Amino acid sequence: MAYSDKVLDHYENPRNVGTFDKSDEQVGTGMVGAPACGDVMKLQIRVNDAGIIEDARFKTYGCGSAIASSSLVTEWVKGKTLDEALTIRNTQIAEELALPPVKIHCSILAEDAIKAAVEDYKNKHTG
Amino acid sequence: MSTRPIYFDYSATTPVDPRVVEKMIPWLYEHAGNPASRSHAYGWEAEEAVERARDQVAALVNADPREIIWTSGATESNNLAIKGAATFYAERGKHIITAKTEHKAVLDPCRELERQGFEVTYLDVQENGLISMDALKAAIRPDTVLISVMFVNNEIGVIQDVAAIGELCRSKNIIFHVDAAQATGKVAIDLQTLKVDLMSFCAHKTYGPKGIGALYVRRKPRIRIEAQMHGGGHERGFRSGTLATHQIVGMGEAFALAQLEMGTENERIRMLRDRLWAGLSQIEEVYLNGDMEHRVPHNLNVSFNYVEGESLIMAIKELAVSSGSACTSASLEPSYVLRALGRNDELAHSSIRFTIGRFTTEKDIDFAVELLKARVGKLRDMSPLWEMAKEGIDLNSVQWAAH
Repeated sequence: MAYSDKVLDHYENPRNVGTFDKSDEQVGTGMVGAPACGDVMKLQIRVNDAGIIEDARFKTYGCGSAIASSSLVTEWVKGKTLDEALTIRNTQIAEELALPPVKIHCSILAEDAIKAAVEDYKNKHTG
Repeated sequence: MSTRPIYFDYSATTPVDPRVVEKMIPWLYEHAGNPASRSHAYGWEAEEAVERARDQVAALVNADPREIIWTSGATESNNLAIKGAATFYAERGKHIITAKTEHKAVLDPCRELERQGFEVTYLDVQENGLISMDALKAAIRPDTVLISVMFVNNEIGVIQDVAAIGELCRSKNIIFHVDAAQATGKVAIDLQTLKVDLMSFCAHKTYGPKGIGALYVRRKPRIRIEAQMHGGGHERGFRSGTLATHQIVGMGEAFALAQLEMGTENERIRMLRDRLWAGLSQIEEVYLNGDMEHRVPHNLNVSFNYVEGESLIMAIKELAVSSGSACTSASLEPSYVLRALGRNDELAHSSIRFTIGRFTTEKDIDFAVELLKARVGKLRDMSPLWEMAKEGIDLNSVQWAAH
């Protein structure tokens, strides 16, 4: 399968690979997917006191498109508020990376990872 | 790509040996006759070449040349054997046995026969990929008419006990078909000894051209099949269609070379394969798929736990390999062969098939080992599963959200 240059770029030079301490109050962690399906994405966001995502990290088990999708969203969420981050749609990810139809699920997973990370952060800060 | 990747996919297809190419070329232009033309020298010489090739193919498997029928490849041979025998002998019974790890070119004709009213048992295999004789015996019914088992598995390279299965079939008067597409030139095949009734071959896995194959149809005891391709009555009516002289000459030469060289070649390839495994098994959490002993030397199917097969293939693009994970073929399903071995989804998704052949060198192997060590490490640094495993989390205890 021929990958787009953008997928290859993110795959070869993934942005923001790594791990934050998930018990940190400022960190929200989202883990989506399942090994049985061939994709697991872990996305972490670090949110400052103003409610802005100031940094992000990911680790992904999956195909090149899954790795590229998660690498891309770590770049996109930075500088956004939580609500702004939640507006990122899988279609935008798929379009940016020129994902073929069989790889659309990778972009869906990346969108889900953002939602899961934001939810985890919000859960830490309510009640 | 500026430099071509190193070829480790000999079980997908092999390059045509240059010595074979040389033999084929004159049959395209200089000697362009139709082997079925009986009225002039062009036809006679083409027929002679076809019969010489038939002798060569028969010689590799110790068969009578009259038992060899030309086809377009192993897929056609499998179709002709399975559908042809099942329909011819349908009055004896309508039950067929095969294995879950067979090639699609066996499984799909069986599915087609199911639509036509046959019943098919798809046997599970053991963890090592081999069929259990007890399970096979237990699956046999009074109406079992045909058993089809491959000689060498295309994904994991394991060699089934064709001799024992043949004895069992003969004792029960069941027709036995063997798909030997991956076996020629890799294991010795003696059809005077093996109780095999039908055997499929192709040229392009044994350094011959694509688009040509053969079906062995036993004469003693005589096996009948119904033709699937009707026309000019070529190949004694078993398979009509003008014979492709150049392809047939190529297959004959390729099989003759295999017969001549397989002893020394397999020793060399085994040495290379062992060197590859010695290197790869130094990496943590690496698993070999399929039995190591009952296996052709050419194949190494390895799961690199916690990395996904398709991304690994991308990471080692300097090597031409294939993935047990069929993601690349858009089905997103892990290999059904590895699943049949009882491998879990993660390991099935993480597998790479390395197949070694005539033109593989020691330098290629060493390069592959170093590359794999580096790139598997890189992907694991990126893998949440690897991180969790290193933290001591049992991945089976995690509630995953399947998608």
